[in-house]
Amino acid sequence: MLEGLQKALKQEVSINGKEIIQQLLANAEIAREEKIPICQDTGFAVVFVELGQDVRIVGGDFYSAINEGVRKGYTEGYLRKSIVNHPLERENTGDNTPAVIHTKIVSGENIRLIVAPKGGGSENMSAVKMLKPSEGVHGLKKFVVEVVHAAGPNPCPPIVVGVGAGGTFEKAAQLAKEALLRNLGEESKYPGIAKLEKELLDEINRLGIGPQGFGGKITALAVHIEVYPTHIASLPVAVNINCHAARHKEAVL
Amino acid sequence: MDRISLTTPLSGNVVENLRSGQRVSLNGIIYTGRDAAHKRLVEYIEQGKKLPFDLEGQVIYYVGPSPARPGMVIGAAGPTTSGRMDLYAPKLYALGLKATIGKGRRSPDVIRAMRKYKGIYLAAVGGAAALIARSIKEARVIAYPELGPEAVHELLVEDFPAIVINDTLGGDLYDESIKLYSEHREDGRI
Repeated sequence: MLEGLQKALKQEVSINGKEIIQQLLANAEIAREEKIPICQDTGFAVVFVELGQDVRIVGGDFYSAINEGVRKGYTEGYLRKSIVNHPLERENTGDNTPAVIHTKIVSGENIRLIVAPKGGGSENMSAVKMLKPSEGVHGLKKFVVEVVHAAGPNPCPPIVVGVGAGGTFEKAAQLAKEALLRNLGEESKYPGIAKLEKELLDEINRLGIGPQGFGGKITALAVHIEVYPTHIASLPVAVNINCHAARHKEAVL
Repeated sequence: MDRISLTTPLSGNVVENLRSGQRVSLNGIIYTGRDAAHKRLVEYIEQGKKLPFDLEGQVIYYVGPSPARPGMVIGAAGPTTSGRMDLYAPKLYALGLKATIGKGRRSPDVIRAMRKYKGIYLAAVGGAAALIARSIKEARVIAYPELGPEAVHELLVEDFPAIVINDTLGGDLYDESIKLYSEHREDGRI
């Protein structure tokens, strides 16, 4: 991310934009020195689990263990507790639990955990749309650019744009989130999609929103697209926006 | 670029002279409030109850800080998205609030209220939360402690950096900036 911001600083032409990127770099430095988060929104704990099919978990409930880890991490790490117990009653749970856990069964005997805390501001600017297959690649591009345009300054640009295309309604949304897990700017393994990622990044950066919406050429640092087979009738597209504080950490057990 | 130094509480005269795009640095007491606190503040107003602080000339910073480590004043303390407070903000400007600090666009209703009641909207840099925390010298919870990070804090700030987004004449830095740099059509369509 810091490399991405350094590169963006060179490409940005607006004075306001450059100043913001410099502040974000200085912020990262201060956060490291003082051991405080780069952003106060330390997120919803989203945990991706790749569970080896030869693993047997004993001595307790796996999801409870993950939530216990979140509780400890957010309490002992002085991270903000941002979760409410119910979407309408809205009482803070006090320990940032529960996590959102996505589990995939894979071959092997390891458990891979990827923790990707997700801030609310950028999550709120995300969207899913069921396009018609006839809308094709143009429809997809149009939708992604419209979502970023509508988000404007709200999700703390420069942003990372995760796109999920294909599957079903919920699969597209999950793909969009998985797309955000990729290292910044790492291309899709499919050449056609990698080309589309570049074209979309260019389109988005011509919107003029710029860092923090103060104008400029760097609205997004990267566009990552994940695809999946889909129904003959469908072209689901999901756009999940991440702010510049795109934080991930992984461990293999 | 030079920053205009402001001291709270803000006078109407000072606020009316500020223009969108100007950089400011705030000094003095400001109050925090976000979603849950705003809901309560407006409920208190509707029920005729006394608010935890006097709104006249005051500044509300939309923030839910992360917890302070031992020996520190506050944790990370960057702005949250202001649009979620749009429903409540006009009522507060009407009662004398002079400025709000957050990030992202305000609704037409809030912009109208700022013109009518001579208030402004400032942005702090979203995600520069460790940098901003340095300008916070004292912090204490003065209301609704049960709301955790959403409790109302009284902050003493020194050289708190912000930029004027909306002024009292209808200027809007976000609109002005995108017009300068956009290579797309007005509606963002391609």
